[in-house]
Amino acid sequence: MTTRTLQFKIYRYDPDQDQKPYMQDIAVDVDATDRKLLDAMVKLKAVDDSIAFRRSCREGVCGSDALNINGRNGLACLADLASFPDGKPIVLRPLPGLPVIRDLIVDMTQFFKQYHSIKPYLINNDPPPERERLQSPEDREELNGLYECILCACCSTSCPSFWWNPDKFVGPAGLLAAYRFIADTRDQATNERLDNLEDPYRLFRCHTIMNCVDVCPKGLNPTKAIGKIKDMMVKRAI
Amino acid sequence: MVNRKIVGAHYGLIDWLAQRVTGVVMVIYTLVVAIALRQGAGANYASWHEFMSGGLMRFATFVFIVSLCWHAWVGVRDIWMDYVQPAGIKLALHVLTLLALIGCAGWAAQIIWRL
Repeated sequence: MTTRTLQFKIYRYDPDQDQKPYMQDIAVDVDATDRKLLDAMVKLKAVDDSIAFRRSCREGVCGSDALNINGRNGLACLADLASFPDGKPIVLRPLPGLPVIRDLIVDMTQFFKQYHSIKPYLINNDPPPERERLQSPEDREELNGLYECILCACCSTSCPSFWWNPDKFVGPAGLLAAYRFIADTRDQATNERLDNLEDPYRLFRCHTIMNCVDVCPKGLNPTKAIGKIKDMMVKRAI
Repeated sequence: MVNRKIVGAHYGLIDWLAQRVTGVVMVIYTLVVAIALRQGAGANYASWHEFMSGGLMRFATFVFIVSLCWHAWVGVRDIWMDYVQPAGIKLALHVLTLLALIGCAGWAAQIIWRL
């Protein structure tokens, strides 16, 4: 039962075949059971199987289907089809600022390099206890809003500072993860982590424009986390 | 030299903090001048001279100029850092910006002392 025909404008680029990228117009029929943009994109594959995009869990947990949807970064599996107005094509582009591998698939190497640079793991040199390292409920509360990041890169690729300096600026996703470990009472490397970030590029490229907060599909607030890192640096310095 | 991206200059906090503090200083100064102007300090040269040549106002104006230059230094340097990638050109622009701001600050100080 077809209920609606959706028009798409999709960024296409296959470096093996195309001289330069182009936008492809394509229409697809969706049913009432197709709720999310990703459902329509899967049907697009049936119309033109050469369109390439990443997807996996289809429920906003894996973060692999991050795209630029009508000029705004988001997850295809969380974008409601009902929210797109009739008669206007849905414009799909790859995440901005990262090299395109093909069509809507980008090379995330730089993004993950920055993520790895903040040592996203607990550093604790004490002998591990028999069961687990315990925290008080209040200390654990500090990690809420930090640990939920799914590393979809929607935030970092909507940040102009990351566009200009992806090799030097850690980016909102990396900095959110950095604060997640700085805020963790079980971590013993707070000073080293702050030293690692005290740099005009790595942290202070953030000019608090809050694009990251605007697009985060999980509703997280990297700007707030970055502000807390800066606060800690000020407290450490004075 | 191998072409590697190097970060870790271990500065930035002071500049970031200074930009905020100097911003507050400039807002306060601007408000003081705006209020004085509303109360007729700029009605003629004599009243303007009397307002600006007071000891407290000279002090405040000098602090304002230093704040403006420091604030501008951090802001302009950020622009060079974002948009100019070759290290040599970037260094030259940094030096030129610093010299221009120091020159402006000195010139402004001279003007204040002459009042």
